[in-house]
Amino acid sequence: MRSGELYSSTRRDVLIRGANLVAAGALLGPLGSLARAADAKPIKVGFLYSASRDDYGFNQSFAVAAKRIAKMPGVSVEEQERVPETAQCERVMESMIQVDGCKGIVATSFGYWPFVLKLAAKYPDVLFIHGGALWKDGDPKNAIGYRGYMEEPHYLCGIAAGRMTKTGKLGFIGSKPLYFIFNNCNGFVLGARSVRPDATCRVVITGDWDNPVKEAQAVNALADQGVDVIIADVDGPKVSIETAERRGIYSCGYHTDLSALAPKGFLTGAEWNWAKAGDFIHAWQTGGKYPNLLRGGFKDGMVAISPFGKAVPENVRQEVLKAQQGFVDDTLKLYKGPLKDNEGKQVLAAGQTVSNTDNDYKVNVKWLVEGAIGETGLK
Amino acid sequence: MTASGIGWYGVALAIIGGALRVSTPYLFVSLGEVLTEKSGRVNLGLEGILLMGAMTGFAVGSLSGSPWLGVLAAGGAGALLGLLHAGICNLPRVNDIAVGIALFLFGMGLAFYLGKPFIAPRAAMLPALQLGAWSNEPAVRAALEISPLFLIGIALAIALRWGLANTRWGLVLRMAGESADAARALGYSVNAIRTLATMCGGFLGGIGGAFLSLYYPGNWNEGLSSGQGLMAIALVIFARWNPLRCLWASLLFGGASALGPALQTVGVTSGYYLYSAAPYVLTLALLVYSSSTRHTLAGAPSELSISR
Repeated sequence: MRSGELYSSTRRDVLIRGANLVAAGALLGPLGSLARAADAKPIKVGFLYSASRDDYGFNQSFAVAAKRIAKMPGVSVEEQERVPETAQCERVMESMIQVDGCKGIVATSFGYWPFVLKLAAKYPDVLFIHGGALWKDGDPKNAIGYRGYMEEPHYLCGIAAGRMTKTGKLGFIGSKPLYFIFNNCNGFVLGARSVRPDATCRVVITGDWDNPVKEAQAVNALADQGVDVIIADVDGPKVSIETAERRGIYSCGYHTDLSALAPKGFLTGAEWNWAKAGDFIHAWQTGGKYPNLLRGGFKDGMVAISPFGKAVPENVRQEVLKAQQGFVDDTLKLYKGPLKDNEGKQVLAAGQTVSNTDNDYKVNVKWLVEGAIGETGLK
Repeated sequence: MTASGIGWYGVALAIIGGALRVSTPYLFVSLGEVLTEKSGRVNLGLEGILLMGAMTGFAVGSLSGSPWLGVLAAGGAGALLGLLHAGICNLPRVNDIAVGIALFLFGMGLAFYLGKPFIAPRAAMLPALQLGAWSNEPAVRAALEISPLFLIGIALAIALRWGLANTRWGLVLRMAGESADAARALGYSVNAIRTLATMCGGFLGGIGGAFLSLYYPGNWNEGLSSGQGLMAIALVIFARWNPLRCLWASLLFGGASALGPALQTVGVTSGYYLYSAAPYVLTLALLVYSSSTRHTLAGAPSELSISR
């Protein structure tokens, strides 16, 4: 049942109901907060996914958020999958707005952005939320870009991996040679080496967002080299996690909770928390304030880690959670000196630190930290 | 999980292991295409058949709990699509290449549409034969984990090679491909032969797909085939319509696909896009080498629309 049906009343009904509630709120005093919650105008939000929403990957991480957002008072959600990043997505968004009456659009995929910009200018009464922090000054104010600092949960995965590895060899599988993939990789290696200084990490870039055969080949090749913990930064890490489980090695997840895929070897995983979009929608409903551009890590609740696998002992869990608290308190910095890259060049001198929110610095990361075996090819 | 620093030896193992694991779908699809092309038709729709096979195999495997039933169902789905291709091509003045491309897109779309509910579930996988049990090196054991389907594929390649050359049905099939008039003169229905051959080809292509979804990488999703069905068709030309050469070519392509990831694990990372392109470069090089303006490809059935 779609919660939207509960709100299919006419505008007049809503006004009357709203007025009654406000009056009741004024009378009942202490229940005023209830009236405020109901003040939120009913809103229908359309979610667009580029692939299947139960892909054990990026799309699923958004679908999890959509489910949570659908439970908010006055919010109903509709979803459409397999919307390509072409003019087709523009048509889907327009039909959500015109036919279904959506006043909120959550465009999950990176490539939807140009179409979001176009439509945001055309429909100023609709809020557009995009899962990529691409908003810049001058863009429509009814568009929002947001994205989490994934390198922080990767650091935590690294700690778990560093504690659990026997061989000291880790493996990182990346899809495309892009800055955020390399930041994630650096986070993973730094986390591992914070607890196991001699750990190394082999880096394999597949070159495709989604190529199950190549990913399985990569996991096998890594396992052949004695690697015993892998993490796979690809669109759908399902195959990598399952292949690792079959090879009897540990794995960390990416995007969303993948613990069910590897009952024996799953450690934890780096997850998005897109549910922050709920705050934007609430602000839009109530006329409150919202940011147009939001990046954040644990401190802003934009990222999370997966439930620990049963292989992870209590002391390691505590260590990981302590580091997570460090990110929340901003006492733990991901990039801090002395830091060398894997060619021996000094990146940060002793005492030098980079703020966890220094996005300009992270965008320009074209190197891998010491301990990573591989290169970015970005220089 | 032993601490083994096996380095370049590990790269060689990964390539051998990769060849043994990845070659099976190439092998089945290319054997299927050899059968079809020997009868005088090209079926370019094998990529679509591969995907339909993968989806059907996974769906039936996960619903019934029996991966082997899934393999059979995948073959059946492939044969049905083969029948569709043959049925359309049996009509007068229909171009088999164009029908093949349509079938490719149709099979792909149908597989994505019907396969939607099967992205999340998991299915029981096909069992593997542990031919490396003698070794105590886990990498060797993993590389020598062979799917029974691969062995079936080898047996099939040998049987086809022998059958095409030495049996009556092999002769009739080749005759339909070399000279339709001769076959007709002897009282055979060329269309019936080609229909059967395309269906058998589709059956094998479907099994190739089931291998992808039920063994390696062992999952159903939309990026699963990534062009392997198309590659396999090129591989047939590469192998000059010889089933045994299809086997070697499949192994070569499988090994080439493992090259990139394997080299990266030992730190050779520059130019990984180039290594990833290795199988395609191989195909192009061989097609250039074997092309000529003066004669058709050696071994090409002369009824094929590409050699006429």
